[in-house]
Order: sequence, then structure tokens, then C-alpha cells
Amino acid sequence: MKSRFLTAGILSAALGLFAQAAAAQTEFLNVSYDPTRELYQQVNAAFTKQWEANGGRKLQINASHGGSGSQARSVIDGLEADVVTLALEYDVDAIAQKGLINKDWVKRLPDNSSPYTSTIVFLVRKGNPKAIKDWGDLVKPGVAIITPNPKTSGGARWNYLAAWGYALKQPGGNEQKAKDFVAALFKNVPVLDSGARGSTTTFVQRGLGDVLLSWENEAYLAIKELGPDKFEIVTPPLSILAEPSVAVVDKVVDKKKTRDIADAYLKFLYAPEGQEIAAKNYYRPRDAKVAEKYKDNFKKIELLTIDGDFGGWTAAQKKHFDDGGVFDQIYVAK
Amino acid sequence: MPAEFDSFTSGNVETRRRRLLTEPPVVRTTLLTLGIGFLVLFIGLPLVTVFTEALRKGWDAYLSALHEPAAFAAIELTLTVAAISVPLNMVFGVIAAWCITKFEFRGKSFLITLIDLPFSVSPVISGLVFVLMFGLQGWFGHWLSDNNIKIIFATPGIVLATIFVTFPFVARELIPLMQQQGTEEEEAAVILGANGWQTFWRVTLPNIKWALLYGVLLCNARAMGEFGAVSVVSGHIRGKTNTMPLHTEILYNEYNFVAAFAVASLLALLALVTLVAKSILEWKLKQAHALHAKSIANAES
Amino acid sequence: MTFSLFKSNPGSRRSVIPGFGITLGLTITWLSLIVLIPLAGLFLKSATLSFDQIVAILTSPRTLSALRVSFGISLGAAAINAVFGVIVAWILVRYDFPFKRVADAFVDIPFALPTAVAGIALTSLYAPNGWIGSLLEPLGIKVAFTPLGILVALVFIGLPFVVRTVQPVIEDMDKELEEAATALGATRRQIIWRVILPVIFPSIATGFALAFARAVGEYGSVIFIAGNLPLVSEIAPLLIVIRLNEFAYAQATTIAAAMLVISFVLLFIINLLQRWSARYAR
Repeated sequence: MKSRFLTAGILSAALGLFAQAAAAQTEFLNVSYDPTRELYQQVNAAFTKQWEANGGRKLQINASHGGSGSQARSVIDGLEADVVTLALEYDVDAIAQKGLINKDWVKRLPDNSSPYTSTIVFLVRKGNPKAIKDWGDLVKPGVAIITPNPKTSGGARWNYLAAWGYALKQPGGNEQKAKDFVAALFKNVPVLDSGARGSTTTFVQRGLGDVLLSWENEAYLAIKELGPDKFEIVTPPLSILAEPSVAVVDKVVDKKKTRDIADAYLKFLYAPEGQEIAAKNYYRPRDAKVAEKYKDNFKKIELLTIDGDFGGWTAAQKKHFDDGGVFDQIYVAK
Repeated sequence: MPAEFDSFTSGNVETRRRRLLTEPPVVRTTLLTLGIGFLVLFIGLPLVTVFTEALRKGWDAYLSALHEPAAFAAIELTLTVAAISVPLNMVFGVIAAWCITKFEFRGKSFLITLIDLPFSVSPVISGLVFVLMFGLQGWFGHWLSDNNIKIIFATPGIVLATIFVTFPFVARELIPLMQQQGTEEEEAAVILGANGWQTFWRVTLPNIKWALLYGVLLCNARAMGEFGAVSVVSGHIRGKTNTMPLHTEILYNEYNFVAAFAVASLLALLALVTLVAKSILEWKLKQAHALHAKSIANAES
Repeated sequence: MTFSLFKSNPGSRRSVIPGFGITLGLTITWLSLIVLIPLAGLFLKSATLSFDQIVAILTSPRTLSALRVSFGISLGAAAINAVFGVIVAWILVRYDFPFKRVADAFVDIPFALPTAVAGIALTSLYAPNGWIGSLLEPLGIKVAFTPLGILVALVFIGLPFVVRTVQPVIEDMDKELEEAATALGATRRQIIWRVILPVIFPSIATGFALAFARAVGEYGSVIFIAGNLPLVSEIAPLLIVIRLNEFAYAQATTIAAAMLVISFVLLFIINLLQRWSARYAR
């Protein structure tokens, strides 16, 4: 008897919750990848303030974070994102292919629709006991490397391509040597987490590995949050220009009538205020002035580009990361 | 003298007999050490870890970690999902158990196997099937999107996945008991003129109420704690579609370990409360059982 | 939790109890809506591939290895649980020790503790800098981020199944049987092998199979502690998730369907085992 009343009570409470959820606020969803949590927490707060100060509708910005590929899949499967801010062009392309985003999205915003960039650096333990200075040091015997799985993590694909590019650029470098190099590198990997955050936790919190291949911003954040006295960053002389992509999800904003917010939101990322927030979170800003201000944070190094050195994301994805691609081959060969 | 001698030998026989009925002390100690050590190692320590990690920075950090809108939202969502899925599975479990134990029909064991199926399906698959149905690329995806009905990446999807995962729990608990109890009492009630509903309410329910509650408890614990299936259909929107287990993972990924383990500790507390409630129920169940057996014995004599 | 589900109901006379049609109808409707139709969708999706493609997916080294890891380690975990589960059940029924009731209740923790929480807690414990991991490290034993870690997680989640199926059988076991055997001059060892084990064996087998079935599909607790290395410590459910994230839906569903078929067969075997044990007990 009692349990019946209890059930009724719980049910009515649940119904009350639903009613409550339907408040009069415009909900706005940014679906992003793993290491951008702190960045977008600040961006969302700043943008909401600016938007509402300019007489915009009352805004509730929600954020969803996860591996870039799995986030893209969620959007494809119907997660109603107004904007996506993912780790790489390929993942946004995958959404565009399903017709949710216009095919020309890369050209709609400046700099390949990539308001901030980053690169891949090495996070090592304090004092750099294994003396890791460059990519070549990674394949030495006894060096344990932590990186996420390129199959599931956008960041890890940048890691992999940077290593590949390094091997190609060596004297006498060719495809076969590059393949051997990444194969040797992944032989030194004891754990493949599915996302960048998982790898950082493994390296920092679990104490596994000698070096973490990481986004530059993620490495800085890890040091800031988890121990400046325990780790240091090694920036290799050559790395890759990582361009995280942003796009308005056309199908969704048309349906939700939020295109004005979405456009303003992405523009905000390019504006000085947004650029400043990005730089503070250790993303390399595009804006020259902001870049100048924060230039001490970002070492100038030679950067490979995905379009210049790898023939664009579609080609790189097909060759390296698709089923049966080079990455699968180096694992099967073992 | 002879009497004393007698009692002496019989005492000796008694100890010999008792010794033979149990293991030698060495074996006993070994088994106890192994068994308890195993429990401590595999169950005690992980549980302790959750609480020590949560309290690593003291009570204040612990409480403030929980006193946070996103944590509240996660708790709210988890309670909502459980409040919908558990009663539904409870009603279904009773119906299914009634159907299976009170009647004889063909294909019964096949039906039971089907009811049991979600139990051995990987949670990932449990979530995936709903994405395949209701996702934008799925069968009903476009229709749902056109009519602005959200299932996946919203509460209904999480509820569906949870119902799927906890599907067998109540029925699984009731079927063996109801089978054991047989159908005589219900038959008697019907012959005496009770209708189906009265029979269930007055005869069957009192007999199964403790087992039913027990099933509901386990169902609830699983519903609140499900991770894999819910993770596939949730969309991970902070403060909106994160249940407590998902929120734990997110906090963990934000390097907010104290908060992650704080939310986890709530779930662990829930598990402990469930177990205490379960122990009480089990005791009641045994009592009811004994009473039932006694009343049957009385009726027969 | 008792798992003796499939006891056959003796006698099949017509029932006078009303409600057969409606309860069966409701059962099948609800079952279809929640379980059968969604699962059918899974098979339909993988049926968009040709037979050759399906074979190619299932026999690729990655898939085979993932299935081998999942089923192999689950088998190992279930075996460990079968041994220690029986010991735990035995001491809980036959011996007295302090905090026995607490220990008894703790057996159910893996049922009630969310798998993700279990995964994180186990990883903290067994990582090289964790309480247990740091003890094992000097011995050269690595648990977290190796297949051994998967084994630990699967032992954790499978433990209650063996204990809870064996425990009631030991409780019900007639001590008279043992007494009679003793009176006939049997030694304790003979009694254990000839009297006790045969009685509890079917329930051990059932518990083993249940723990195994549960372990095969486990995801939440494993991904934290496994190294997730392809061909080494990548479990089948993780491979499904990876394939999904590569937008390879048909591949994902094919592996899922294969696992589903195997699970169904397993459950059917459990079903048979339980009938057998019910008959044996009589």
C-alpha cells in the first residue's frame, strides 16, 4: 500500500520536473571535443553576457564534450547541436555528408573555419629523465609513450600525422620509412585510451609512461591543473599545425530558428575577446594582435599542414585511419 | 564408573563425528582466509577507494562538490529515469511472472529466455539498438525530427535504454518464488468466487510482496547505476542529459577527481542502502516462507 | 538473488485461474516493444551487408582478437569466480566468523555499484601508483592497462553470480547425507568429492555460465582499466563503439549481432543447465 503512494509521489514529482524544464529560455547547444571544456566554459559565459547585453534573447548555452569522432556521430544520429566545434575538419565533413551542414562550410568562415590553432607537443616528467627532445627520441627502446587511439580521438590523429610527417622529412625519408617509424612509435605505446582526456589522466594521474603526446593546450592545462612541479613541456622543432574546425549546423539552426545566435557565437570566437580567451586557454590565436601579446606562451616551430603535406583530411583519413589503412596495418603486422 | 566411562566414549565419538563433518582446522583456516581475502581484495578495497578518494580533500570539498547545479541536474535526471522505468518494469514483471507461473503453455521456456535476454546483452548494444531505431539516420529518425519529438539524446531515450537493461530484474525475482508456491491458493480463491483482480490483490500479492520489493530494489539500483547503455544514447549535455554515472565520468575527465568520486560515492551509498534494505527483505522473506510452509502443513493435517 | 528460473512446473492440467490471455498478451507486447523490435533492428541493419562482407568483418584479425579477448578473459574470470565463489559461499554457510553478515551483504556490491564507478575505483587501486599496483610493481606484475586488468574487472562484476547460485544449494543440502557417509566410514575428503561436490556442481555450472554471460558484454568497468590496445586488450564491446565512431554502422551492428547470437546460445545453455540441476536436486 505504502509503496503505491510512494510511486504516485515519485511519478508526480517526475512530471513536475518535466513541466519545469519547459521554461522560456532559448537553449543553445555547442557540441565539442574533449580538451575544450575549460575554453568553452569561459567562452559561453562571455558570449552570453555580450549577447544579452546587446538585447538578444535570454540564452542558455549547453555544452557537450567527448571524443571528436563520437561527438560527430551523435550529431549525425540526431543530437541537436546548433554549432559544432570539433578537433578536425574530417569529423565536421562527416556531418556535412549527411546533409546536416552545407558542403561549403569550410569557406564560410575565415582561416578554414578554424578560429584558433594548436600543435602537438610532448609532456614529460620533470627533468626529462629520458632526454626526449624530438620525435626521433620517441622510438628509442625503453621509452613508453602515451597517446590516445587515432581511431577514436581527433587529437591522436594529429599526433600520428605529425610523427609521420617528421619521418618523411628526415634525410632519405620515404613512405616505407615513415610507416616503419610510426610502427616503432606505436610499439612503445602501452595504453591506447579512447580520448585525449583519458590519455592525460593515464599519464598524469596513473603515472604511466615517459612521454605524453598531447595537444599543446592540453599539456599546458595539465601542468596548470595537476602539478607544475611534476611535469614539463618539450616542444619538438617540427610539429603539425592542428586546426580545430567550427561550423553552424544548418539543419538544426533552421529548425530551431537560432541561426542568428549560432553565427554570432562563431564570430565571437574570431573577435578579439574570443581570441583572448582562446589564448588564455593556450590555444594559438589567429588574431595578430592577440598573438603578439601571448607570443611567449607559444614557441615558434616549423609546422606541417594537413593540406600542404598530407593532401587534405579526406586523403589522409582514407590512407591512414580507415579500416585497413596504415594504422591498422602497423597493428596487424605486429 | 561405567556410566562415566560411557559418557566419555560417547563424547569422544561425538567430537570425532563433528570433526568428520567439517574440515580439519588447517583447511578451515585456509578457506576462511582465501574467501575473506578475496572479498576484501575484490569488493572491500574498491568500495573503500571510492570513499577515500571522495574525502581526500576533506568534508568541505566533498560537500561543495555535490552542491553544484550540474551535479543536482544529474541527480534529478537519475531519479526521474528511475521513477519512470522502475514502476513500469515492476508492473510488467508481475504480469509476466503471473503469466509464466500460473499457466502452462507451449514455448514457455523460450519466452523466459527472451525475457532474460537483456541481461546478457552488452550494455553498448542495448544503447545502440535505440540509436538505430530513433536516431536521425534510423527508421523513425526523420519522422521524429519532423514532428519535433526527441527520443535519443533526451530523457525518453535514456528511460528506454534503462528499461531495456533492467527488464528482467523483477520477473527474474518473482518467477522462482511463484513457481514454488504453486497455484492451489489462487485456484481455491477462484472457486470461492473471487475474480482475477481480487485473487491477485488478496491472495497472490501478499505472498510475493517481499520478493517483489526485493526485485524492485535491485532493478532500481541497476537503473540508477547503468553506464554503458545510457552513455550511447545520452549526448552528454552537461546539466541536461548526464545521469549520475555519466556525470562521474565527465568530472573525472575534467581532472575534478574529488567531485567525480563524490558523485560516485552517492551511487555507492545507494548500493549500500540497497544492500541493507535487501538484507532486511531477505529476512522477512524467510519468515514469510516459514509461515507459508507452516500454514500449508496445518491445512494438510 | 536466486537464479533458479527455469524449473519445470509439474503437471499440466487446465488452470481455472483467469487472466491467461491478457497477461500473455501484455507480456509479449511489452517484450516486443522494448526488447524484440529493437533487437530485430540490429539484425536488419547488419543484413544490409552481403554474406561475404559479414564473414569478412567477423573474420578480420581485429574482430577475432576482440572476440577472443572478450570471451577468453570472461572464461578465465568465470573460472576464478567458480573457485572462489564456492569458497565464499561455503564459508558464508558453514563457518562462523566476525562480520559474517557484512561479508554476506558485500557479495552483492558488484550488482549494485555502477560499473563506471567500479572501473574508476579498480583503476585507481591497480595502477602502478595505486595501493595494490604499487605493491605488485616491484614484483614485475602489471595489472592495470593489461589484459590482467580486464580479468580483475570481470572477476569483480561476476562474483555475486556464483556465490548467489551456490549458496542456497549448500544451505539446503542435507547434513544427514554427510552424516550417513561419515557413519559408513567415509573420510572428509571422500565426502567432499563424492557427496558434496556432485550436489553443488550443477549450481556451480549455472553460476559460472551466468558470470560468463555477464562478463562477455561488460563495458563500463573494463574500458577504464584495460589498456585498450588493438589485438591485445581491446574487448568486443569497445570495438563496437570504435566502429560506430568511425561511422561504420553496419560493421558495428554485425559484431553486435554476432555477440547477441552467442549470448542467446549461452542463455539457452544456462536454461538447460538449470533444468538439469532442478532434476538433479530432486
